[in-house]
Amino acid sequence: MRNEKFSRRNLLKGSAALVFGAFASPVRAAPPEASPVTPALIEAARKEGKVAWYTSVDLPVAEKIAKTFEAKYPGITTRVERSGAERIFQRIGQEYGSRIYAVDVVNSSDAAHFIVWKRDGWLAPYVPEDIARHYSPEHRDADGMFAAWRAWLSVIGYNTTLVKPEEAPKSFADLLDPKWNGKIVKGHPSYSGTILTATYQMSRDLGWSYFEKLAKQNVLQVQSSAEPPKKLALGERAIMADGNEYNLFLLKESGQPVEIVYATEGSPLIVGPNGIFANAPNPNAARLFQSWMFTVEAQQQMIEVGGLRSLHALATEKLGRKPLKEIKLMKDDAAAVERESEEIKAHYTQIFHV
Amino acid sequence: MSAASAKARPRAAAIDLSWPILLFVAAALCVLIVLPVSWLVYYSFTDHAGAFTFGNFLRLATDATFIDPLVTTVIIATSVGAICCLVAAPMGWLVARSDMPLKRTVRVLVMASFVTPPFLGAIAWELLAAPNSGLLNQLYSSLTGAAPGVHLFDIYSLTGLIFVIACYTFPYVFVLVANALDRIPGDLEDASSILGGNAWTTARRVTIPLVLPALLAGALVAFLQAMTLFGSPAILAIPAGFHTMTTKIWSLFQYPPKPELAAAASLPLLVLTVLLLRAEAMILGRRGYSVVGGRNSDPRLVRLGVLRWPALILCFMLLLNPVFLPYGALFNAAFSRVPSQLLSLQNFTLHNVDFVLFELSATKLALKNTFLLGVLAATIGTAFALVIAYMTARKAIPGHRALGFLATAPVAIPGIVLGVGLFLSYTRPPFVLYGTLWILLIAFITISLPSAYQQLQAALRGVHPELEDASRILGATRLQTLGRITAPLLRTGVIATWCFIFVSVIRELSAAIMLFTSETKVISVLIFDLNESGDLAAISVLGLMMLAITFTIVIAANRIPGFGGDVRLRNA
Repeated sequence: MRNEKFSRRNLLKGSAALVFGAFASPVRAAPPEASPVTPALIEAARKEGKVAWYTSVDLPVAEKIAKTFEAKYPGITTRVERSGAERIFQRIGQEYGSRIYAVDVVNSSDAAHFIVWKRDGWLAPYVPEDIARHYSPEHRDADGMFAAWRAWLSVIGYNTTLVKPEEAPKSFADLLDPKWNGKIVKGHPSYSGTILTATYQMSRDLGWSYFEKLAKQNVLQVQSSAEPPKKLALGERAIMADGNEYNLFLLKESGQPVEIVYATEGSPLIVGPNGIFANAPNPNAARLFQSWMFTVEAQQQMIEVGGLRSLHALATEKLGRKPLKEIKLMKDDAAAVERESEEIKAHYTQIFHV
Repeated sequence: MSAASAKARPRAAAIDLSWPILLFVAAALCVLIVLPVSWLVYYSFTDHAGAFTFGNFLRLATDATFIDPLVTTVIIATSVGAICCLVAAPMGWLVARSDMPLKRTVRVLVMASFVTPPFLGAIAWELLAAPNSGLLNQLYSSLTGAAPGVHLFDIYSLTGLIFVIACYTFPYVFVLVANALDRIPGDLEDASSILGGNAWTTARRVTIPLVLPALLAGALVAFLQAMTLFGSPAILAIPAGFHTMTTKIWSLFQYPPKPELAAAASLPLLVLTVLLLRAEAMILGRRGYSVVGGRNSDPRLVRLGVLRWPALILCFMLLLNPVFLPYGALFNAAFSRVPSQLLSLQNFTLHNVDFVLFELSATKLALKNTFLLGVLAATIGTAFALVIAYMTARKAIPGHRALGFLATAPVAIPGIVLGVGLFLSYTRPPFVLYGTLWILLIAFITISLPSAYQQLQAALRGVHPELEDASRILGATRLQTLGRITAPLLRTGVIATWCFIFVSVIRELSAAIMLFTSETKVISVLIFDLNESGDLAAISVLGLMMLAITFTIVIAANRIPGFGGDVRLRNA
């Protein structure tokens, strides 16, 4: 309560420095102030008329969110550039290497990317009001370069027409049962940030030997973490070893025969930050988009139509979905993923051959 | 000064521009071909720091993750070559030399498989023959009551991949064989039967020897196509857990990129292609077959009798695989709520169409880019090929041989290798073209130049030079003659070439996948993107749109490219 009042007052005064400073590590210059959405910003954004959002969130979800933004601020077209987080990272690297500055706002399912982009000085500091007020410090960058736009889990799933609930696996260890040979689908860490992050957490907690055994299960190796849920729904495979919880929510709620399993070992937690690029071709539209993305309204839409989880203090979880706090999680560690990402991909390719 | 220039002006207008044009064309061809290949070679012999090394090749030769894909690729290419011959030779014979009904329809359907993008075919076959959700496997288990997990086909396998590649490669062999059979004069076979040879003797002693070179050449072309294909292996092999050379090269470009290794891995493909093309030229160029080409009388049609209809049914059964089944599967997935369920009144939906047309923000840009590149590549490529073909066919200038060689050289560069080469060439000063449509335009023109050139050269042979001579005698320059006399006479050939390039641009994937940026995406790349996230319904809608555009172009041309001359459509 005290904190709430404290931050409100400071924000009203236009200076959030104290609030940020209270949580942040001491060795840093003053973090940027929170920026409200002003009519001037909207006007400038309209003049630019467009914004390019590079994201790895599943395409239909991304397009829905983009369309809502367009409806809210007519005159600004949103171009969604969707691919796997690792592809997006490569694409931006390649584009910047050739001095092509096409990306305005980026959202990655591999939080480690933001460490790299920030270190390279590619991100622009910008703190929307919602981030300053309603996001805890662990979910936003102390220098205001990015904040956690979405969170979700990488989970086990099964097709309910192919597998009875009582026979479904309960843990990652269960997936190694010979009865699942040839029945498992999984995503690829060289494409998907979700899978890369999950692979890091699982290899840390379960050891690489788990993946060596899993590779002997004759898995169907797809790319995106959004695809294993789709392959389950099609009935192409009975079990998914990793993949997006949010796709399974959406498929299940639309009546598809899929079910989520939160592994007893814990489910890898994935955090997908959003940030603006310093060389953004449409800086004002980028700021407006970023501000809107973190409003409780956009966050709530992300929950409703995206099946994702919000870290906004005022957002509420959807009924019928298991609340995050009731799920045993594996701990995320973006810094470690950043250090080990190449090694993880190489090791994975060695084990799974592709 | 001004008097002098005024005097010079009328002369300047009449100056024969052929030499400057020759130089320009030769320079352009060097930039198109020599530059990327040089960078490729340079990179393959340097290490990360830029020092000379054999290390890249050493690593290729000793690392199992490179040797396995090479072996796999050779297995695939050999099998595809053999299967294509087994399918295309009888079908080509039936269409060219028998009295089978609906021959024209069969040719059109083969043409349809010819212009279908192979990667689209591969995705359609995923819908048909994925082991559990594939429509054919579902049909099988509902008919036989097979236990869950028991399936008829597994498309995610080496055999599945070979099958799908063969589906879209056999038309190359078919074209070569059918054309050769079309051109064998009936006289020779008549002579054989007059001398007492029965049908089998005639076939064995006359027809088969005459068509054998075309068949062998076809086998080589099929081998080459299968070896350099990128889309189908990327879609079917990776889920199954193995790589081919092309997918391996592509994966070397994923983060963290290893361009040196990618360049080194590209060279074996390049060398193999050159060797195979030499072999093909030797087979086709051997003496003694000159009769193939001179047409004295119409080929004699073999009466099939009661076998007429079974023969046709056989053809249609074969054509189920590249055309009817995949198109049906795409149509089903485009309008069905769940791509793996058969379309019915209950699950019919327009949602996918709506999504692709109105929600997917990449659609408009990709369509625009594809159209722009198609029109530009087709126009510039046709003009370019016409000038070169004219110079070589009319031996207009010394050095025309070299020109002809350069124009056909890109045939030896697989799309993915060209993509790597162009990427290495144009991401650095002085020519930073990466990120623009220009780099894609260069790639597409280079890729379609050889067949455009061959097509137009063949067409030019049909125009007698005396008409041009008359124009020249009356004072026109070569260029004016080309523009006013030759080009109009070649109209059909030019239009066919234009359409041909346009269609190959639409289906090109292997070079585009290396060269696109977010703002220069084309439809083929968009489809590939969608495949990686498993959005099969959206792919089906886009794929059907692609096919509709392709067929509109082909039909509008009122002539079937690929079946008139000796043409070769490149891999996607």
